[in-house]
Amino acid sequence: MGGGLVKKAVERLYNGIIKENPTFVLMLGMCPTLAVTTQALNGMGMGLSTCAVLMMSNLIISLLRKFIPDSVRMPAYIVVVASFVTIVDLLMQAYVRELYGPLGLYIPLIVVNCIILGRAESYASKNPPAASFFDGLGMGLGFTVALTVIGAVRELLGSGTVFGLRVMPGGYEPVSIMVLAPGAFFALSVLTALQNKLGAPSATNKGSAHCDGRCAGCMDRSCSIGAELRETTRDGRSRG
Amino acid sequence: MSQLYNVSLSPHIRAKDTTRGIMLDVLIALLPPMATGVYIFGIRALFITLLSVASCVGWELLYEKLLGLKVTVGDLSAAVTGMILAMNLYSSAPWWLPVLGGGFAVVVVKCLFGGLGQNFMNPALAARCFLLISFPKLMTAYPAVDGVSGATPLAVIKDGGSVPLMTLLIGNHSGTIGETSALAILIGALYLIIRGVIRIRIPAVVILSSALFIAGFGFIKGDAVTPELILSHILGGGLLAGAVFMATDYVTAPVTGWGQVIYAALIGFLTAFIRLFGGSAEGMSYAIIISNLLTPLIEKLTAPRPFGLEKKEAAR
Repeated sequence: MGGGLVKKAVERLYNGIIKENPTFVLMLGMCPTLAVTTQALNGMGMGLSTCAVLMMSNLIISLLRKFIPDSVRMPAYIVVVASFVTIVDLLMQAYVRELYGPLGLYIPLIVVNCIILGRAESYASKNPPAASFFDGLGMGLGFTVALTVIGAVRELLGSGTVFGLRVMPGGYEPVSIMVLAPGAFFALSVLTALQNKLGAPSATNKGSAHCDGRCAGCMDRSCSIGAELRETTRDGRSRG
Repeated sequence: MSQLYNVSLSPHIRAKDTTRGIMLDVLIALLPPMATGVYIFGIRALFITLLSVASCVGWELLYEKLLGLKVTVGDLSAAVTGMILAMNLYSSAPWWLPVLGGGFAVVVVKCLFGGLGQNFMNPALAARCFLLISFPKLMTAYPAVDGVSGATPLAVIKDGGSVPLMTLLIGNHSGTIGETSALAILIGALYLIIRGVIRIRIPAVVILSSALFIAGFGFIKGDAVTPELILSHILGGGLLAGAVFMATDYVTAPVTGWGQVIYAALIGFLTAFIRLFGGSAEGMSYAIIISNLLTPLIEKLTAPRPFGLEKKEAAR
C-alpha cells in the first residue's frame, strides 16, 4: 500500500510540473502569471504562496468531498480556498514584508485563481486526500517553476539581473519594456513557442505524436483531455 | 466549337500594380525628407538610415531562411519599414537601436503574424514605440543642429515658447531624421498622390482633424489659440510625416471610404489629445498604432451593403 502511495505521489508531481503544467500546458492562472513576474523572486514568491493554498485546499476539499452537496459545491470550495488565502496573506504580511510589498495586491486574488478551483473541481472532489494533496503540490510546484522561469527571463532582459544578481555585462542597456506589461506577453509567448518547437507537452502538443489538437473524433483512449470530453458528453452537462 | 474559352472566377480585370512597384514608389517619395535629414543632421543620419534598412531586410531574410519560408524581401516592404523606422529615430541613436528596432518591426510585428498584409499594426511605428518605452533616454536625445543643441519644436511649444514657421517649413531644427522638413514631406506626398499610390483623403482628414482638436483642446485648457500655434503643431513634429507615410499604410488602414475618414479623424483626435494633455510632447506614433488596432472595428462599422439587400439583412 505504501509503495502504491509513493508511486501515486510521483505520478501526480510529474503530472503537475511537466505533463499538465498549469501555466505552459493548461494555460490557467494567466492573471498572476502576467502581473507579478517582473522579477524571478516575485514569480517564485507568488508560485509558492499559490502552492501552499493549493495543497491545503485540495486536501480539505478531498476530505469533505462526501459531505459537500453537488449543488452548492462552488461556494463551499470558495470558503475553503478563501480561508487558506487569508492565512497566507496574514503570514506574508507578518514575516516576509519585503516580498509582500510587490505581491500584496495579488495575494487575495489567489482565491479566484482558476488553477485552484480547477483542481478542486476536477481532481480533489473525486479523489482520496493523499493523492489530492500531492496533486496540489505538483500543480503548485509546476506553477512556481513556470512563474520563476518567466520572471527570470523578464528580469534578465528588463533589468540585466537574475534574482537580483547582475548577469549582463556592464554596457548592457536594459530593455525596460520587458518589466512592463507587454514584456509579460512577449516572455510567455516566446517560451510557449519554444516549448512547442521542442515538442515538449504544451497547449497544442498533446504529448502523443498523432494528436493534432482536434479532439472531436479522436479515438485515443489514453488521452486525458479526450477522457474528460467523453465524460462531459455522457453526463450531458458542461464542466465550467 | 473547338476553341477553348478560359473559364475563371472574378476579378477578370486586374490592375498592373505590384507590391514591389508600390513599395518602390514609397521609397522614392521617402527620399526628399530623408535627404533633408541627412543634410541637416550630417553623415550620421545616413548611417542610421542605411543600418535601419539593412537590418529590416536582414531580419526578414534571416527569419524566412531559418523557417524555410518563401523569401519575400524582393517586394521591398522590409526596406520601406526600415526607412520609416529611421525616419522616426534621432540621428544621435546608438548603432544597435535601429538593429533591435528593425528586428522587432519585422520579426515580431510582421513575420510572426504571417508576413506582409497580416500585420495588425504599422511595424515601423510599433518598433518606434517599443524603443521609446524601452529606452526613453536614448530615444529622446535631441541631436544638435548647426552645433546648437536644442529641444524639438513641439517640446519648445509645450514649454510655452514658439518657433518661427519658416524654420518649421524648411526643417532646420532638431527632431527625428525624417520629420523635420515639412516642405520635403509635402514633395514626397505630392509624388505619391500623382503616382496614385495614396489618396489625399487620409492625410487631409488627419491634418484637418488634428488642427480642429488642437484648437478645441487648447481652448479647453485656456491656452491662447492662435493660427500660429495650430500651424506650428501641424508643421512641427511628426504629424505630416505620419499623416502621409504611416497612416496611409494599406495593410493597417481601413479600406472603406468612410472608414478611412473615421480612422483619420481618430488619429487627429488622439494626436491632439496626447500632445496637449499627455506627458510627452509628441503623440503621433501612439495615435496611429491605436487607430491601427481599431481598423477592423471601423471596417465592420462601415462595410458596404451588398446590392439588393435590406439594411438589416446586410448587417447579419
